[in-house]
Amino acid sequence: MSVVEVVEHGHTEEHEHHELSFWRKYIFSEDHKTIAKQFLITGILWAVLGITLSVLFRIQLGFPEADLSWLRPVLGGWITDTGKIQPEFFLALVTMHGTIMVFFVLTAGLSGTFSNFLIPLQIGARDMASGFMNMLSYWFFFVAGLIMFVSMFLQTGPAAGGWVIYPPLSALQQASPGSGLGMTLWLVSIALFIVSQLLGGVNYITTIINLRTRGMTFSRLPLSIWSFLITAILGLISFPVLLSAALLLIFDRSFGTSFFLSEIYIGGEALSNVGGSPILFQHLFWFLGHPEVYIVILPALGITSEVIATNSRKPIFGYRAMIASMLGIAFLSFIVWAHHMFVTGMNPFLGSIFMFLTLIIAVPSAVKAFNYISTMWRGNLHFTPAMLFSIGMVSLFVSGGLTGIILGNSALDIQLHDTYFVVAHFHLVMGAAAAFGLFSGVYHWFPKMYGKMMNQTLGQIHFWLTFVGLYLIFVPMHYVGIAGFPRRYYQFTSYDFTSVFSDMNTFITVAAIFTFAAQFIFLFNFFTSIFKGRKAPMNPWRSTTLEWTTDNPGHGNWVGEIPAVYRWPYDYSKPGAKEDFIPQTVPHSVTPESNFPSDNALIAEEKQIESQNYNDQFKTGH
Amino acid sequence: MELLLVLLVLVAVVLALVVLGKLTGVVKGLNPSNSYPEEPGRANQVNAWMFLVLIVVGFVAITWSYLHSTKFYLPEASSIHGRRTDDLFWFSMGLLTIPFMLVNTALFFFAWKYRYQKGKRASFYPENHRLELVWTTVPAVVMAILVLTGWKAWSDITSEAPEDAEVIEITGKQFGWIARYGGIDDNKLGNYDYRLIDAQNEVGIDFTDETSFDDFTNPSELHIPVNRPVLLKIRARDVLHSVFIPHMRVKMDAVPGMPTKFWFVADKTTEQMRAELGNPDFKYEIACTEVCGQGHFGMKMVLVVEDEESYQKWIASQQPFLKTYPEYLDRVPANLKAKAAKYVGEQTASAE
Ligand code: HEM
Ligand SMILES: [Cu+2]
Ligand SMILES: [Cu+2]
Repeated sequence: MSVVEVVEHGHTEEHEHHELSFWRKYIFSEDHKTIAKQFLITGILWAVLGITLSVLFRIQLGFPEADLSWLRPVLGGWITDTGKIQPEFFLALVTMHGTIMVFFVLTAGLSGTFSNFLIPLQIGARDMASGFMNMLSYWFFFVAGLIMFVSMFLQTGPAAGGWVIYPPLSALQQASPGSGLGMTLWLVSIALFIVSQLLGGVNYITTIINLRTRGMTFSRLPLSIWSFLITAILGLISFPVLLSAALLLIFDRSFGTSFFLSEIYIGGEALSNVGGSPILFQHLFWFLGHPEVYIVILPALGITSEVIATNSRKPIFGYRAMIASMLGIAFLSFIVWAHHMFVTGMNPFLGSIFMFLTLIIAVPSAVKAFNYISTMWRGNLHFTPAMLFSIGMVSLFVSGGLTGIILGNSALDIQLHDTYFVVAHFHLVMGAAAAFGLFSGVYHWFPKMYGKMMNQTLGQIHFWLTFVGLYLIFVPMHYVGIAGFPRRYYQFTSYDFTSVFSDMNTFITVAAIFTFAAQFIFLFNFFTSIFKGRKAPMNPWRSTTLEWTTDNPGHGNWVGEIPAVYRWPYDYSKPGAKEDFIPQTVPHSVTPESNFPSDNALIAEEKQIESQNYNDQFKTGH
Repeated sequence: MELLLVLLVLVAVVLALVVLGKLTGVVKGLNPSNSYPEEPGRANQVNAWMFLVLIVVGFVAITWSYLHSTKFYLPEASSIHGRRTDDLFWFSMGLLTIPFMLVNTALFFFAWKYRYQKGKRASFYPENHRLELVWTTVPAVVMAILVLTGWKAWSDITSEAPEDAEVIEITGKQFGWIARYGGIDDNKLGNYDYRLIDAQNEVGIDFTDETSFDDFTNPSELHIPVNRPVLLKIRARDVLHSVFIPHMRVKMDAVPGMPTKFWFVADKTTEQMRAELGNPDFKYEIACTEVCGQGHFGMKMVLVVEDEESYQKWIASQQPFLKTYPEYLDRVPANLKAKAAKYVGEQTASAE
C-alpha cells in the first residue's frame, strides 16, 4: 500500500489547511496530542517539585542534626536560627508532597497524559469528542496548580494537615497556621482540579464510546483503552463526592456551619458548633480517596499491558480476565473506603464488613499480576526501557499489594494504622507502581509523541537505579512501621520506643536521595531527546495498535482515511504469520496462512466494516 | 549500619562509572542510524542477566535486612489481645511471604529465561481457563482464611468491655493528654460539657453531677492496674488525635464531639517489663497518631502498669479536682454543696 501518496492527496482535499497561530497551536491547543504533552510536561515539573519536598523532610528524619542554614535564603523563616526545619514547615512539606504527588503527578500527569494521547490514536479517532472541553480540562488543571503553588509562598504557609485534610484541624484557623489562607487556597485549587478531572473524564468516556473507528468493537480495544475508560468512570463518580466534602468544609470554615464540627474548645474558647461530625468528612474523603488510588493505578496497569505484550511478542494472557478484573476492582473500590477508618471509632460491625470487602479486592488484583507473568512466559523478551519499567511495575504492585492484605485486616490495622507500615504499603503499590507505569508509557510512546527516539541505554540505567533505589527506600520502611513508628512525626526523639531505629531512618534518607538523583538521568534523556534524539520510525516496537499506523501525525491523526480495524490488538507471534506481529488494520482475508478456523468467519464481516465511515469527525462534522 | 551506608555509596560509585562508560556509547549513539526497529543486542542480554542477579541479591538483602531489624522491634505485647494480633500479624506475614517470593521470583526468572533470542518465536498463548480458575480460587481461599481469623479477633477486641473494667477517661488536646479517674469514693466519672472547659477545668467536668466531686485528673501519667480490664473512654477537645499505646497494641482516635473507647487487659507491669528487658529506665508510652498540628510528634504521656495494691495506693494519693481548685464549689448546686464540701477543705475532709 502506498499509504503516503494517498495520504498527502487526501489531506489537502478533505479540510483546507490553515496555519494556526503559535498560541492556538502550542498553548491553547485543542489537539489531544498537544494537550497530552502539556499534561506530561506539567506533571514532570510537579514531580520534580514534589519529590524535592520529600527529600527535604527525609533529611529532617534521617539527619536530624544536619545544619540547613544554607537553605535560609530560599526558605527564610521556615528554617530556624539553628538551621533546623520548623515543625510546622515539616507538616507543610508532608502535606504538599502528598497532595502534589497524588493529584498533580499521578492523576493529572499519568492519566491526563496517556488518556489524552492514546484514546483518539488507539481507537482511530481524529481527536477527542470535544477538543474545547479537553483544552479547558488542561487549563483548569494549570490554574489549580498555580494556586497550589502560590499557597506555598504565604506567610502562614500552605495547608499542613496531611493530604487528607481532616477537619477540625483543617477547619479551624486557630488549630494551625496552615489552616488559614493556605487551606483556603488548597480547597480552591482542588475544587478547580476536580472540575478539570470531570471535563477530562466526560470527554474520555464519550470519545471511547462514540468515536471508535470502523471495526473497533469493544472486544478489540487495547487494554490501555479499557483502563482509561474505567478510570474515567471511577473519577466521574467519585470526584464529585470530594468536591462536596470540600464545599462543606469551605462552609464550615467561612460561613459558620457545623457539618464537621462539634463540641470544640480551642484557643481558650468554646466554639458554638454542635452536631457535626469530623468522621463524616472522612467518609466523604475516602469515598473518593479509595477509588482515587485506583484512578492512579489503573492507567498504569493499562499501559503495562500494552508494553508487556508488545515486548514479550505475545498476546496478553487472559484478555477477557484482564477486563473483568479491572471491572471488578473498579466496582469493589467503591465499597472498601472505610478500611482507612478502622480505628476512628466507627461501629466495629461496619469494620468487619469493610475488612471482608477489602480482602476480596485482592483477588482480582492477584489475577492481573498472574496474567502479566504468564504473558512473559515463553515469550521473546525485548528489554526496552518501557518493558523494564513494566516488569518493575508488576513487581512493585505485587509487593505493595501484599501488605495491603495485612492492613485490610482490621485486627492488625489497630497497631499498624498511621505508622510507617502504611506509608511503605502505599508508596510501593501506588506511588512507585504508578510512577513506573508513567515512565513505561513515556519511554514507549515518546517516539510517537515527539517523533524521536529516547536513548535506550540511559533508559535502562535509569530503570535499574530507580528500581533498586525504591526497594531500598521502602523495604526498610516496613521495618520501621512494624517497630511502631507513627507517620507525620517531625522527629523521633521524644519517645523511647522510637529512638532505637535512627540508623534505619538515615539509611532510608540516603536511599531516597540516591533515587532522586537517578531521576536526573531521565530528565536529561527526555529533554535532550526531544531535540537531539534519533528520528523515530513509524513503528519502532513493531506493535499492532493503531497509533503506530500513522507517521508523526498532525492534527487529525491520520492523513486521508482513518484506518479500519479487523482484529484484536494482540496478534503477536501468531502461528504461521510471516512477521511476529499483525497490526489491527490487516484484514483476515490477507493472512490466510495464520488464520484460525474461527478467524475465517470474520472475513465475511470485512466488507461491512469497510463500508462504514460515520465516525470520521472531519468528514461529517457531526 | 555504617557498613550498609558504605556499601550503598560503593554501589552508587560503581553505577556512576558504568553510566560514564555507557555515555561514551551514548554519544556514538547520537549519530543518526535509521536502522530501527533494531535487533536487540548485547544490552538485552545484560538486562536479562541483571534480573537473575536481582533474584539472588534481592533475597539475600531482604533476609539479611529483616534479621538485622528484628532487634529493634517492639518487645512482645504486654496485653492479652496484643499477643493475639501479633500472632495473627506474623502468621499473615509468613503466609504472604510465600506469594511475595514466588511472584517476584517467577517474574524475574521469566524475564531472564525468555530473553530475546534471534530466530526464536514466542508462543501464541492467549488464555487457559483452567489455570485462571486456579489462580482466582487460591487467593480467594487464602483471603477467606485471613478474613475469618481477623474477623474473630476484631470482634473480640471490639466487643463490649467487661462489667468490672476499670473506667478511665483520656482526653486529647493540642498538645497533650489529660487522664481523668472516677475517684476514690464512687470510682465513677462525672458528666462533662465542653462549654465548661477553662484553664483549670481542662476537660470540662460538670460539677452539677455529684459523681464528679471526687474525680481527679492527671496531665502526665496514666496509671492502670495489671491483669484487670481497663476501659479507656477517649475524647478530644480541639482537633482529632489518636491514642496509641505501642506496647499494648492499642490505638483509637480521639474525636471532638464523638466519644470513642477501647478496652484491653495489660498483663505485664512496668516493673516486670524492666526486669524482662533488663532496662531499669523502661517506660510504657502513649503517643498520638493522628496529625494534630505542630506539636503532634511530642504528645507524650507515660503509662504506668502496676499491681492492684500500688494502683489503689496511687489512686488514694491523688487529689480530687475540687480539692485542688476549691473555687469550683461555686458551680455545685445548693442542694449538693454539703456533699461536695467534704472534698474541698482540709478540715472538712479530715472531719469526715
Ligand atoms: C490488595 C489490595 C489492597 C488492599 C487490601 C489495601 C488495603 C489498604 C488499607 C487497609 C489501607 C489503610 C491502612 C491504614 O491507614 O491503616 C491502605 C492504605 C492505602 N492504600 Fe492500599 N490496599 C490495596 C491496594 C492498594 C492500591 C492498589 C493502592 C494504590 C494504587 C493503594 C493505595 C493506598 C493508599 C494511598 C493508602 C494510604 C492513604 C493514607 O492514609 O494516606 N492500596 N490500603
Ligand atoms: Cu483504600
Ligand atoms: Cu497528634
